Amino acid sequence: MSALINLLGVALAGFIVWWFWLSRPRAHAAGAAPVTVVVADGVYTPARIEARAGEPLVLRFLRKDASHCAEKVIFDDLQLSAELPIGKPYDVRLTPPAPGEYVFTCEMRMYRGSVVAK
Amino acid sequence: MSMSATHHHSAQDSSHIRLSIGGMSCAGCVSSVETALRGVPGVTAATVNLGERTAEVSGTAAPEALIAAVKAASYDAAELRGVEDDEAKQAAEQAHYRRLLRKTAVAAAIGVPLFLGEMLGWLPPLSTAGGQIFWLAVGAMSLAAMVYSAGHLFAGAWKAFKVHNANMDTLIALGTGAAWVYSMIVAVFPAAVPSLAQHAYFEAAVIIIALVNFGAALEMRARGRTSEAIRRLIGLQAKTARVLREGEERDIPFAKLGLDDTVRVRPGERVPVDGVVIDGQSTIDESMLSGEPMPVTKKPGDEVVGGTINLSGSFLFQAKRIGRDTVLARIIEMVRRAQATKPAIGRLADKVSAVFVPSIMLIAVVTFLLWYNFGPEPRLSFAVVTAMTVLIIACPCALGLATPISIMVGVGKAAEFGILIRNGEALQQAARLTTVVLDKTGTVTEGRPAVTRILPLAGWDENALLQLAASVEAGSEHPLAAAVTAAAKTRALSASAVEQFEALSGRGVCARVGGKTVLFGNRKLMDERGVAAAVVEQQIDALAQEAATPMYLAVDGVLAGLIAVADPIKEDSEAAIARMHKLGLKVVMITGDHRLTAAAVARRVGIDEVIAEVLPQDKAACVTDLQASGAVVAMVGDGVNDAPALAQADVGYAIGTGTDVAIESADVALMGGSLHGVVDAIAVSQATLRNIKQNLFGAFIYNGVGIPVAAGLLYPLAGVLLNPMIAGAAMALSSVTVVSNANRLRWFKLREAAA
Repeated sequence: MSALINLLGVALAGFIVWWFWLSRPRAHAAGAAPVTVVVADGVYTPARIEARAGEPLVLRFLRKDASHCAEKVIFDDLQLSAELPIGKPYDVRLTPPAPGEYVFTCEMRMYRGSVVAK
Repeated sequence: MSMSATHHHSAQDSSHIRLSIGGMSCAGCVSSVETALRGVPGVTAATVNLGERTAEVSGTAAPEALIAAVKAASYDAAELRGVEDDEAKQAAEQAHYRRLLRKTAVAAAIGVPLFLGEMLGWLPPLSTAGGQIFWLAVGAMSLAAMVYSAGHLFAGAWKAFKVHNANMDTLIALGTGAAWVYSMIVAVFPAAVPSLAQHAYFEAAVIIIALVNFGAALEMRARGRTSEAIRRLIGLQAKTARVLREGEERDIPFAKLGLDDTVRVRPGERVPVDGVVIDGQSTIDESMLSGEPMPVTKKPGDEVVGGTINLSGSFLFQAKRIGRDTVLARIIEMVRRAQATKPAIGRLADKVSAVFVPSIMLIAVVTFLLWYNFGPEPRLSFAVVTAMTVLIIACPCALGLATPISIMVGVGKAAEFGILIRNGEALQQAARLTTVVLDKTGTVTEGRPAVTRILPLAGWDENALLQLAASVEAGSEHPLAAAVTAAAKTRALSASAVEQFEALSGRGVCARVGGKTVLFGNRKLMDERGVAAAVVEQQIDALAQEAATPMYLAVDGVLAGLIAVADPIKEDSEAAIARMHKLGLKVVMITGDHRLTAAAVARRVGIDEVIAEVLPQDKAACVTDLQASGAVVAMVGDGVNDAPALAQADVGYAIGTGTDVAIESADVALMGGSLHGVVDAIAVSQATLRNIKQNLFGAFIYNGVGIPVAAGLLYPLAGVLLNPMIAGAAMALSSVTVVSNANRLRWFKLREAAA
């Protein structure tokens, strides 16, 4: 019994490391149309968006969470931020300058998403 | 038809931008504007409506690219956007606040009686048959409370998990979820756990959820106040405008107002957008934007700015900047942008927050295993409680919030005083400053040479002297001449007819007025023409002490008097510089002026060091020299002539920008012209940085001490274990504390030293 619980504990620790740090969620490929990003329950959905470097991209944020946490979306590397209205779509236009990952977060960094430019 | 194309696209598959187009006069213009718009990459459709002078554009192109394309085709364009709907947002926030309170109440209604019963020993033990049924019922009730009060937390945790993310919700859901599941196992199969470990934690789970919701509600309240400054600015925007179209005046919504529209503003109304007065005259209160209290008179040809209040007359103006291009909109945008930037000091917290939650989960697992393997009996109970407490006490929010919330309040506070801080980095640098470099002209002084003294000799009076000087200078273009003619104008003296006007380079002017020969210029001119000037030697010395330049007036070869011209020192420069000294700053003045004049100005306002006779292009190099000697330098200038020096300095302050807020070279734009603004900006920066440090310190200490204590570090030392409910209360209060501390900045007083 005791060995089993220890084994489970170690396995759980390994899973946490693998799931949250080593693996990545499936990406949503962006096209010419705006990508709707729902802001609710502490998560951007989709949270990972694939786009092309150098091409304009519209992220249409739809904020459903009225708490202040969801109010701002900040793209640190692009020096871009927006204040999201509640319940209404808000378009953020950006052009990833070069291939790479551009993280966007809320002010407190609990909401977390990224644009992956190829 | 031109309009139909846009309606094919539903709001789902495309993004729309509405532009107001200026300068369109004919149907032919429509197609050239449309062609220009369609040529922008990312545009899928563009249609122009000539009647409304608007364009509808679909696609992914940015508004700036569209406007640039229209301007390249020689038309004007601006994006049309509505006033922000602040009321709807506040209503939604209010509803959310009440929902949080309801959730708190429900969870507390179940949790508190259980907690009290447990404390007072009224609840039956699990070992009896009746007791087991009681606890199963409690478990079901707790589940119901958790679904109602924490459903959103569990949903959020699950959604985050699916995208390989973990947040605050994850910790609370795991902590309370684990407590409930463990308690349920104990209630259903008491035999499965050692008898000492037969304890249910339903009340802890439910009370923690009540506390978390209550904390979120308190935080919401407190955070509402942090964005007060922005809300006030948005409130300056007029909701409607009275437009003159087809010969009649109509009230239209602000968002429909286009470029070149003629707008009527009546007394007491707000100017809706920026433009130029075309008819009527009035005084306008611009204090809400510039912080300058004096009303400004406006007549045809003068610019008016949206958001200011018309005090007296009714006037018509033509809209020149609308929507996002207005000064007010740009100020709001600048403040918002600055509020979202972060100085370097906040980066560590960001790095920590990024890995925080999974790390806490790992710590919880390790805590569980340590207690399970090495702890005293009942090992399983200890392991469950400590792991749960670790999950509950950890608070990434306080950490993530520490920097941005203070920046938000600090930058907003500054904006209320006409101090526009461009980024968070400027705040941090401002707190490290050792030296302030002031440009002389326009910064320490008014930047407008004016007549400071008129010294008539016997037989003359001030007005006669000034009238004569203004007459001969009327045709001159010298900057000192402008001061003389302006002075004559304020005294309502009209110029006499002048004959045989002659400008003498580097000396002055000579002309005949009313049959008399008049000489007006410097000492050199007098000496050359044999005018005896020795009688005024004493006055000349006195004038040099005052940093004024004397000009001599002679009539028919006899000296009539002196007119002194100087760039007057702003009346509060001395007081502001004294405040800089109080902050421990060294004050340096830099100028292209002559050494003696500069020294005289410096003496009067208390400047520590003067760098005189500097060519404009060498100012940046002077800043570099100071930096090389170890100084952290603030440069204060007008933002136009000294842009390179402002950019080179550690923090650049553009002073007296008025409504020209888009000065890129400066880190901080001061709309008012007083040097006090610089001191205020530095003081508010220091206070904000101090506030950030307190928050960061608090958040790091809280987590750094709280987590080990929750893990049971004190148990082997003092036999104390942290109650998970206390951990819940601490967690709920930690982010409220951070927000409340930031809110203290709202009471920060400016200019107290000046009073």
